[in-house]
Amino acid sequence: MARRGKAAGGPPLRARLVLLGPGLSYLAVLLLLPLALLIGYTVFRRGRFGGIAYEDGSTGENFARITDPLYAGVLTDSLRIAAVTTLLALLLGYPTAYAISRLPGRWRTVALVLVVLPFWTNFLIRTYAWIVLLSSRGVVNSALTGIGVIDRPLKLLYTEPAVVLGLLYAYLPLMVLPLYSAIERVDPRLLEASADLGARPARTYLSVTLPHTLPGVLTGCVFVFVPSLGNFVVPELLGGGHTVMVGNLIRDQFLNARDWPFGSVLALALMAFLVLLLMAQAWAGRRLGGR
Amino acid sequence: MSVAATAAVLALLLPGCGADGQPGGSGPAASASLDPEADLRKQRLTVSNWDGYMPKDLPARFESAVGAPMTVAKHGTNEEIVAKLTASADSGIDVAFVSGQYAQALAAQGLLEPIHHDLVPHLRNLDPLAARLAHDKGNVYSVPYTWGTTGLCYRKDLLGYTPDSWNDLLKPRAAVKGRATMLKTERWLFLPAQKALGYSVNTTDEQQLARVKELLLTAKDDLLAYDDTTFGDRLGSGEAVLAEAWDGWCPTDDKRIGFVVPKEGSDLWTDTMVILKSSKNKEAAHAFIDYVLDAKVHSWVASNIFYKVPNTAAMAELDPALLKSYPALAMAPEQLLKGESVVDLGDAATAYTRIVTEVTAG
Amino acid sequence: MRRATLLPLWLTYAFLYTPVVVLVVMSFNRSASPYEWSGFSTAWYGTLAGDDEILRGLANTLIVAAGATALSTVLGTLLAVGLARHASGSRLLPALSVLPAVLPDIVLAIGLLAFYSLVSATLGLHSVLLAHTVFGLAFVTAVVRTRIAHVDPSLEEASRDLGANEVTTFLRITLPTLAPGIVAGALLTFTLSLDEFVIAFFTAGPKDPTLPIVIYSMIRFGVTPEINALATLLLAVSFTVVIAAQRVSRLTEAL
Repeated sequence: MARRGKAAGGPPLRARLVLLGPGLSYLAVLLLLPLALLIGYTVFRRGRFGGIAYEDGSTGENFARITDPLYAGVLTDSLRIAAVTTLLALLLGYPTAYAISRLPGRWRTVALVLVVLPFWTNFLIRTYAWIVLLSSRGVVNSALTGIGVIDRPLKLLYTEPAVVLGLLYAYLPLMVLPLYSAIERVDPRLLEASADLGARPARTYLSVTLPHTLPGVLTGCVFVFVPSLGNFVVPELLGGGHTVMVGNLIRDQFLNARDWPFGSVLALALMAFLVLLLMAQAWAGRRLGGR
Repeated sequence: MSVAATAAVLALLLPGCGADGQPGGSGPAASASLDPEADLRKQRLTVSNWDGYMPKDLPARFESAVGAPMTVAKHGTNEEIVAKLTASADSGIDVAFVSGQYAQALAAQGLLEPIHHDLVPHLRNLDPLAARLAHDKGNVYSVPYTWGTTGLCYRKDLLGYTPDSWNDLLKPRAAVKGRATMLKTERWLFLPAQKALGYSVNTTDEQQLARVKELLLTAKDDLLAYDDTTFGDRLGSGEAVLAEAWDGWCPTDDKRIGFVVPKEGSDLWTDTMVILKSSKNKEAAHAFIDYVLDAKVHSWVASNIFYKVPNTAAMAELDPALLKSYPALAMAPEQLLKGESVVDLGDAATAYTRIVTEVTAG
Repeated sequence: MRRATLLPLWLTYAFLYTPVVVLVVMSFNRSASPYEWSGFSTAWYGTLAGDDEILRGLANTLIVAAGATALSTVLGTLLAVGLARHASGSRLLPALSVLPAVLPDIVLAIGLLAFYSLVSATLGLHSVLLAHTVFGLAFVTAVVRTRIAHVDPSLEEASRDLGANEVTTFLRITLPTLAPGIVAGALLTFTLSLDEFVIAFFTAGPKDPTLPIVIYSMIRFGVTPEINALATLLLAVSFTVVIAAQRVSRLTEAL
């Protein structure tokens, strides 16, 4: 760390203003102010034709609605869907990252690039490709009926598993990348030492590799969980209106119900939850890092 | 420095200093006087409409007829465009196409320029009934563009019977289970259940809404999907056999597909053209509406988009062959008026959104 | 054993590329239906080239991405240096600087919509550009900060000892050593901005949709092979860029 304000020579206040000022004021105006606004909106009521009715303060009312079984249900559904997605991403992503780290050097980059490459074409189009695959006349059903496994098309599309699949597809690379860099960073000498001491590969993995990669696991899980939780496009396209997540709920409060105060409450709830999650991750990361 | 950065951000954001580079100056007072002699060639018109809801070469024809160049912006749904028009001081949109109840809500928020009837002489072509619609009596803020109703669009060959009730959709026979779609947009998602139960499409009665919800929840289990836009393709491919549909979007030119308005009744929806108060091209905006209402133009529009237009002179000019393949086009206004007008519900809208959430999440 | 280790990798590739293969194949389908193959055709690429709406969306997207990247790079680099040199004791400021990167995009989107609405802003390309800069700034700051951690401070010291003033030192020593981090942050911002949908959906003016918004509205009517053709082209361009980047980096290593 470069900790040397004293040696700067010139007036440090000016340097500080020039360097920190623009970025921080930008964030103050276009990040903190909007978030403060959302907090402010929660105490007002919806205007009759949308917008905000400033005259009717009713702080408790908007927050009370979130405990309503309907909205609480959507929140828990969203948490479950995001959690299942994250778990699947981990189950598939960890062995994938591990496999990449075992490749010969020049192939590793290629393998990694191949994981990220689909990211560079439009997210909505890629999601739509799944509709083509999963619909009752789609590729999967045609193949299954073709080889006689089933005689009637399965209902794959517009289900919760389809939503999980779509989210997994969208965010799997965000799991693989941090896992790879964590696995890659495990000092090979540690592995050698373990082997020299007579540990079998499985034992080496459990007592050396796994503990050292847990911070990467945490990062990957947060990277997948956070965007999955707030996504509203995948539930809309692959859920066909049968699956509602908190992202859809927020969007609908702003567009359909034109109920900005309640939409703000939902957004803040989502944010509060994620802040807790990040704090937990930072805490766990420190504990693991201290090993 | 930090003050300068903040100021720069704010300056970029403030109305009139934005990318358009046109200085502001149109206060509320500007609506009072429009210049009928204004040089329209100096105005640039921007019109927002749904995708595929007007002929592709309408802008070019308008420009050559009137002189004002015109660009088209597209919106996906009423909700999207209303959110944009509400959030933005100057959206850059001069004329927007929105459904009647949304025109009502925009007018209530003071965002619309009153229609200057003297600048729209072709208003006389409008069906007199179209000036008495509940969302805007007397066409104060909006001019009807199309109107129609909602019904059942179905595959004659695959269904085996002619549906005549909303219950054919809500309590489907075995052959229809998993092969029916309903409209997704809030008010029309409610409509089949409201009409099947004999309620108004504008009901705000809690008990009625609770029963509507129950019915929608049971119906959901047998549904393929909620679908506003692709039910025509699904019917064509046979993935769906029955769909709740707006009349103009039921592809009855396919001989296997039929359209029926259920016996319990339906709605009368209107899509309208409105002029934004923030528009800086109000004369051209009026000229555009007047151009559309021209009998020849409006009938050309109808024959392109297959929706009825509330324009008596234009409907008279339609090709009889077209009326034959699109029977819904031939519906008489009196018949249409049996449907109930959809109006904005103000505060009750939240109850509707809540029920939609309950139904779809349930 | 080796085969067993590689199996998950192949599984992941199969999962990631099956939809990609489907959309590439369908872009060459003569029929408009995605469900039946009716012969090879490149006609949809012609349709695409003549589609004003998509081309306008593409132009808008490039303007936003380029502008947001430029702004983010300047603000983010200054902020990263500032945080490392003048706020090393603070934990709040670094946290603030990464907040936009971890904030769910829907929250940022509606927050900005509410803000724009409150100050009666005009919505247009500039409002998306400013919004994208919020997260771009966070990514550039984060990437450049990791780079600073590896920079030897004695270089800057030497420069000052030799009489260079602060500005000269910043321009001639600090910036060049940070360049790889700055470039990486800029590329990341550009890539993210190109495909960003949710924030753009809420903050774009109705006149100026970005490409993802255009695609979103088209997709609701079912995807035509035209959209698949677009996706294929985007993919081809990124393939080329990746390969070119590989070549260039190999070349610079060789020098």
